[in-house]
Amino acid sequence: MKQFLAFIRKEFFHVFRDRRTLLIMFGLPVAQIVLFGFALTSEVKDITLTVIDQSGDVNTQQLISKIKSSSYFVVNESTRDYNRIADDFKKGRAKCALIFPARFGDDLQHGGKVQLQIITDGSDPNTAKTVVNYITAITTAYQQQVSPSQRLPFVIIPETRMLYNEEGNGSLNFIPGVMALVLMIVCTALTSVSVVREKELGTMEILLVSPFKPLMVLIAKAIPYLILSLANFILILVLAVFVLDVAIKGSIILLFLESMLFIITCLSLGLLISNTTNSQQTALLLSMMGMMIPTMIFTGFMFPLENMPKVFQVISNLIPSRWYFLIVKAVMLKGLGFSYVWKETLVMLGMTVAALTIALKNFKTRLS
Amino acid sequence: MEEKVIVCRELTKRFGDFYAVNKISFDVNKGEIFGFLGANGAGKTTAMRILCGLSHPTSGEATVAGFNVYKQTEAIKKNIGYMSQKFSLYENLTILENIEFFGGVYGVPAAEIKERSDNLVRKLGLTAEAKKLVGALPLGWKQKLAFSVAIFHQPRIVFLDEPTGGVDPVTRRQFWDMIYEAAASGITIFVTTHYMDEAEYCNRITIMVDGKVEALDSPANLKARFDADNMDEVFYRLARGAKRSGD
Repeated sequence: MKQFLAFIRKEFFHVFRDRRTLLIMFGLPVAQIVLFGFALTSEVKDITLTVIDQSGDVNTQQLISKIKSSSYFVVNESTRDYNRIADDFKKGRAKCALIFPARFGDDLQHGGKVQLQIITDGSDPNTAKTVVNYITAITTAYQQQVSPSQRLPFVIIPETRMLYNEEGNGSLNFIPGVMALVLMIVCTALTSVSVVREKELGTMEILLVSPFKPLMVLIAKAIPYLILSLANFILILVLAVFVLDVAIKGSIILLFLESMLFIITCLSLGLLISNTTNSQQTALLLSMMGMMIPTMIFTGFMFPLENMPKVFQVISNLIPSRWYFLIVKAVMLKGLGFSYVWKETLVMLGMTVAALTIALKNFKTRLS
Repeated sequence: MEEKVIVCRELTKRFGDFYAVNKISFDVNKGEIFGFLGANGAGKTTAMRILCGLSHPTSGEATVAGFNVYKQTEAIKKNIGYMSQKFSLYENLTILENIEFFGGVYGVPAAEIKERSDNLVRKLGLTAEAKKLVGALPLGWKQKLAFSVAIFHQPRIVFLDEPTGGVDPVTRRQFWDMIYEAAASGITIFVTTHYMDEAEYCNRITIMVDGKVEALDSPANLKARFDADNMDEVFYRLARGAKRSGD
């Protein structure tokens, strides 16, 4: 036991004296949170809009001012010149154009068919769709305002609610994803590099010749990173709650335990990688490319898994962070209990046991 | 009769149909400085790994400090020290932290670590540097320190795998003084080297060629037997017949 403590102490010295390790450990989560929370928001704001107003009546003015007053648009001054559209799009002055035909107001007043053309920049389809939705919503609202008495055969007014995220906070979906990503990178990369570093320096040989059991070497290597990763996890949670206003709805203890399981999964993967290589660069590359990219793509926090071809959906099942992401979303954002996530937990547990068994077996056979 | 700390009988290690070590037999006496020579790829490292309990032999018998290399590798590890050609202390730990760590790994009690490490840094003249990172020390000092750490837990045998690689002649000489001192205190030294002048410092040497022990005697006797002026010549005569070379 004393040997064990001596080892863990040494491991902490390594971490705290290596600025690069510290930077990856604690700089990465902060950078990720800031990036994903602020830079990568899915909300579209400040859309530049060119208005071609052929009618120029009260109604078009009212509608334009409604659009202006919404926080989403920056409206260029109105003109009657169609050529402006192509010009503005080319020069990047507009992301969207709105065309009111002549007699827009008249038609509206007299119950005729009213037309309105929206032109958007299709080179960015997601933004384009969002823009169309915004304008449609504004015009619908306006229509009801100007002709409330108009009797249509059916009037369906959808009342929408976004469950679990009533305010439409864009950070909400990213936080569990960032948690999965950061823990994955930190645990896998740092553990594998720390084991491989000892191989590179020749100290691993010394350790193997010592009475310290090889199995204990691996465990003693993993424990400091487990502790640091838990600290990291708390850091991410604190940032999420206080910087990005994400509320933790479920049990923090459950979240903590699930995260610990995920961290152990990642540590096992790190140990597995360290067995397959003798160079720090390879270890780092393997954990970055082999873990980070699948995590980004197959976790579902950047690209919806439902839209992927079946093959990729099947592959995504093999990615541990995918399950962790589901668990965190359920517990943290929806406030669900363990009975809702036991299946995901079981999958993660199975992966951990498998990875750990292979890692330890490999380590032993490599010795003899 | 002298006490034997290493006994090897027909020790063999085979990888597929390649005999890395082929029926080697020798004894090493307590307190002896035993040189283990051979060209690269002759099988020195493999033999040493078996004796350190890192690798199981394919056949043959061997005991180290009285323990069997097949079944009692844990007991062997407790009784040996090891230092390799690669410098192997932690560069971002201080001298004292390194000593504490390795002492701790070998189960030396904390109070004793404290006392012995104080003595050690004083003896090495490193008191002023004791709290500095090992990475800042010159290579010669690192090697001397690594040797001191390897025998810190007072093992019965210490294995040195090309310990003086890349070290200047003066430091090498000092290093050998330390080896003599350790041998005098009863620690058996098992050392591999490529420097033939170092071979002369050993009590007895073994020369391995193609996995076999080709010669085993004191440097003086070997020189007489091969009618050579120095160990270089002895080594050259034996090793040039080798079929394997390189690592």
